[in-house]
Amino acid sequence: MTPIDHQFSATRRLVLKGCGVIALAGLGVLRFGALPALAAANDKWPEEAFKQKGEAEAIKALYGKTAEISDKVKLDAPEIAENGAVVPISVTTTLTDVTSISFLVADNPNALAASYIIPAGTMPSVANRIKMAKTSNVTAIVEAGGKLYSATKEVKVTVGGCGG
Amino acid sequence: MASTIRVRATANGDTTEVQALIQHPMDSGFVKDAKGDLIPPHFIQQVTFEVNGKAVFVADWGTAVSKDPYVKFSFKGGNKGDDLKISWVDNKGETDTTTAKIA
Repeated sequence: MTPIDHQFSATRRLVLKGCGVIALAGLGVLRFGALPALAAANDKWPEEAFKQKGEAEAIKALYGKTAEISDKVKLDAPEIAENGAVVPISVTTTLTDVTSISFLVADNPNALAASYIIPAGTMPSVANRIKMAKTSNVTAIVEAGGKLYSATKEVKVTVGGCGG
Repeated sequence: MASTIRVRATANGDTTEVQALIQHPMDSGFVKDAKGDLIPPHFIQQVTFEVNGKAVFVADWGTAVSKDPYVKFSFKGGNKGDDLKISWVDNKGETDTTTAKIA
C-alpha cells in the first residue's frame, strides 16, 4: 500500500510542479500580453466625460463614483481672473497612492477641463492653465487609493474665455 | 517645421520637474470669428510624457484648456541625460512629438 502511495504522491508532485511551471510561464505571457492592452485602455481619451455639461455628470462619467471634500487636496486658483481665457490653476495633495487628478469648471459649457493620469512615481501635483466662460466654482478631483477627494474654489472672472 | 512643443525638464535630486508649453489654438467650438461664423473645435486631446519608454504622465484635455497650453508636473526616478519623449494628438488627428534631455 505504502509504495503505491509514494508513487502516487510522487506523480502528484511532478504534475503539480509541472502545473506550477506552466502557470508561471502563462503568467509571464499574460503579463506581457496584458501590459499593452492596459496601456491602450489608459490611453483612451474619455470622450463621454468631456461631453458632459454638468460637473456631477462629468465626474460620474469619468470615475463612476462621487467625490468627498477633503482638506488634503490643495487647490491653488486666483480669487479674480482678469482674463478668463487663461486662468492658472494648480493642485497638490498630501494624499498617497494618487492615480489621477482632474480639473472641472462648474459653469463652463462642458464642466471637465482636464484630467491627468498619475502613474506610480509621479508626484500628485499638477499646474496648468484653463479657460473659464464666467465666474464659477473650480473643482479639483484627486483619485487616491480608488477613492475620490475634491477641493473647490470660486474664481471670479471679469472677461470670459469662451466667446464672452 | 519647428516643433510645437517647448519643454524644460530639470532633475533635482531624485525628482525631475517638467514644464511643457505647446503651441496650439485650442479652439473650443464656442467662439465666433470676425464674420460671425463659429470656429470649429480644434484642440489637443491627449499629451503623453514618457521617460525610457515608460509613461510618467498623461494629460487628457478638453476644450477648456487655454490656448498654447502649459503644464507642469514632477516625477521621481528621472536621471540627468535621460530622454523625455512628449507627444500630443488633437481632435483632428494632428500630432507632434519631441524628445528632450533631462537637464
